[in-house]
Amino acid sequence: MRIPASALLGLALTGLFLFTAIFAQWIAPYPIDAAVGGVWEGPSATFWLGTDTIGRDILSRLIYGGQITIFVALASSLLSFGLGSFFGFLAAVRGGWTDQILSRIVDLMMAIPSLIVALVMLSVLPLNLTVLILVMGVLDSTRVFRLARAVAMDIAVMDYVEAAKLRGEKQGWVIFREILPNALSPLVAEFGMRFIFAVLFISTLSFLGLGIQPPLTDWGGMVKENKDGLIYGKGAALMPAAAIALLAISVNLVADWVLTRTSSLKGGRGG
Amino acid sequence: MAEDLLLDIRGLVIEATSYPPGEPPKEVTLVHGVDVQLQRGRVLGLIGESGAGKSTIGLSAMAYGRGGVRLTGGTIRLNGREIRTAGPAELRKLRGREVTYVSQSAAASFNPAKRLMDQVIETTLSHGLMGRAEAEVRAVGLFRKLGLPGPETFGQRFPHQVSGGQLQRAMTAMALCPKPDLVIFDEPTTALDVTTQIDVLAAIKEAIRDTHVAALYITHDLAVVAQVADEIMVLRHGRRVELGETEQIIHAPREAYTRALVSVRSLEHVEKAPAPPVLKIEGVTARYRGTGFDVLKNVSVDLPAGQTLAVVGESGSGKSTLARAITGLLPPSKGRITFAGRTLSADLSGRTKDDLREIQMIYQMADTAMNPRQTVGTIVGRPLELYFGMKGAERDRRVQDLLDQIEMGKGFAQRYPAELSGGQKQRVCIARALAADPKLIICDEVTSALDPLVADGILKLLLNLQAEAHVAYLFITHDLATVRAIADKIAVMYKGEVRRYGQKSDVLAPPYDDYTDLLLSSVPEMEVGWLEQVIAHRKMESAGN
Repeated sequence: MRIPASALLGLALTGLFLFTAIFAQWIAPYPIDAAVGGVWEGPSATFWLGTDTIGRDILSRLIYGGQITIFVALASSLLSFGLGSFFGFLAAVRGGWTDQILSRIVDLMMAIPSLIVALVMLSVLPLNLTVLILVMGVLDSTRVFRLARAVAMDIAVMDYVEAAKLRGEKQGWVIFREILPNALSPLVAEFGMRFIFAVLFISTLSFLGLGIQPPLTDWGGMVKENKDGLIYGKGAALMPAAAIALLAISVNLVADWVLTRTSSLKGGRGG
Repeated sequence: MAEDLLLDIRGLVIEATSYPPGEPPKEVTLVHGVDVQLQRGRVLGLIGESGAGKSTIGLSAMAYGRGGVRLTGGTIRLNGREIRTAGPAELRKLRGREVTYVSQSAAASFNPAKRLMDQVIETTLSHGLMGRAEAEVRAVGLFRKLGLPGPETFGQRFPHQVSGGQLQRAMTAMALCPKPDLVIFDEPTTALDVTTQIDVLAAIKEAIRDTHVAALYITHDLAVVAQVADEIMVLRHGRRVELGETEQIIHAPREAYTRALVSVRSLEHVEKAPAPPVLKIEGVTARYRGTGFDVLKNVSVDLPAGQTLAVVGESGSGKSTLARAITGLLPPSKGRITFAGRTLSADLSGRTKDDLREIQMIYQMADTAMNPRQTVGTIVGRPLELYFGMKGAERDRRVQDLLDQIEMGKGFAQRYPAELSGGQKQRVCIARALAADPKLIICDEVTSALDPLVADGILKLLLNLQAEAHVAYLFITHDLATVRAIADKIAVMYKGEVRRYGQKSDVLAPPYDDYTDLLLSSVPEMEVGWLEQVIAHRKMESAGN
């Protein structure tokens, strides 16, 4: 199996992000919240990416912030995939009223912009990581539901699913043994996309002040803290912004590759 | 007569990259140095089973390779000039002008958003061969020649407003409109019902004769190509097996493979004596939800234990719906189905485990009937687990027994469906049905997607298994040769009704009703001139009426 260069680059960068996030404690040169330098210093040998609004090392905060950003995004995408694909498959297999009720609930949720729903819910609920992950996961699961339902609908009309029903298989077997293995490839590709949206979403929330709360930080929060520096020509806010962009692009490269690989398998001709 | 030579292909080599599952891509040679010569105004039939390279060779006549296929060696001379190495601009001038193409699936080839006339004359206009008015006149003339209803207004319709057979004829008109030298017909009647096929075939033949166009006629059905071709080339695995005049190929084939193709579908099965039924269908009427008409109307048939009931009819006759009613997928609105002495619940959810086990089903498309992510061992072993609670070594042993029964031998249990050939896939589906130890197997067009020789093998296997396991078959098919080969009883269906029903010898003997007569006489016979005889006979009859 040959991996194209773009996918290799994406894999390498995504791997690097994950590695630094997991081993942040050992990699980061300075603690997360210690003021170690002057305010908004430029990049130097001591502070590779410069310092922030109160003199903390930006690289260290990026590494710690990445840990939280990636953790929250990953946890909420996993939650949204669990919820979305289970209900999506259920709707496709059972059809009829089950499908109607689930689909209309999802329509209702999608009719309201998810940022607004999130803002309202987060202003009412206590602000902590669990609530944040739950809110993001549930809101995003509507998109996964749509995809999972569509994919499963295509598979559910296959003769082998009919054969399983005629054999007298239970619903669990039909969903997990007949449909899921065949729906996995498009769902894995979609997982990359949803993960990126989750990164952007948590960054947005933090930028607006409703996401990760100090003393913890994430990339969106860092942009917020340093945004005033832009007026004075200090580029500190650009560093976390660039990190968000780079992560998004590298995960996208991987997801793209997974998608083309699976769709060429379906076409049967490859290439 | 060198100047009469239209197409001269020599030493043609065609290669492609294949992507076997789980292995690195590899280069394969599809066609190994084949020669094809075609004189002006002649029709050459290319025949062979799938993978023989017949379509690939056919398309090479316009220097075209489909989906990653490359024409890598030999010469292709059309009208005296080399086209294999020609550039895109030159090919553009040639395609749709000197060479045109009629594909198998007209329904998938027409643009549903444009009227037929615009599509039929499109290439003629884009090559600047005629003005619009002139092209439309020519198209109407072709519509008339091809026997399309209301030729003047036919072009104003959209593709979905005409039938499949009419669409195939419209496509033929499209191919003939630019007055090409050569038309490539790629299985033009394969997707049609047998009663429609005969009309399309006659129309194509007449159009070829009247326009003096040369043609390559690609098909897997020797009986069909015998009706239209002057010469026949038999292909196998990308090599020429035999080339000869149609008469010679049909009556005096030289090669063993050709002889096998000619004698295919000549299986005869002696019907068994009437016996008490295992399946009794009484007055079943059914309709799909949300539609206003019955797809099955008062259907009553019996199937004796260990025998075969063939349900015959064209598409839309309700034969597959009957299978759905029996399996419980479509509960009938009226009527009763009795199986092995007990009345079956109309709905699937109301059936016992034994009801489900004793009625098994084999599908037309073995590809979609097996989960591509499960191994053959899992597919065949699952009914054993579910119905008999077999596990581990016991189950594996039984799976191997079943694979032996379908003549597949060792080493197949670990394979995935994608690693099997078409015939092997269908055999695995048969093994899965047998695993349940059923009393009745419903076979829904199980041989119609297979090559004739492979289909023959499957039919023989089914007959042997019936003798061993004493299982009854409800055999749904549109092919009367298959019916002769396997049936004890026959039910002829038309528009949801059973038109004729009885022992095979009774149904296949006169006096016929009109529909059964039409159906029986439409099956192509391995005989040159059969088409003309049937058409002449029908004309006489309609004149007599």
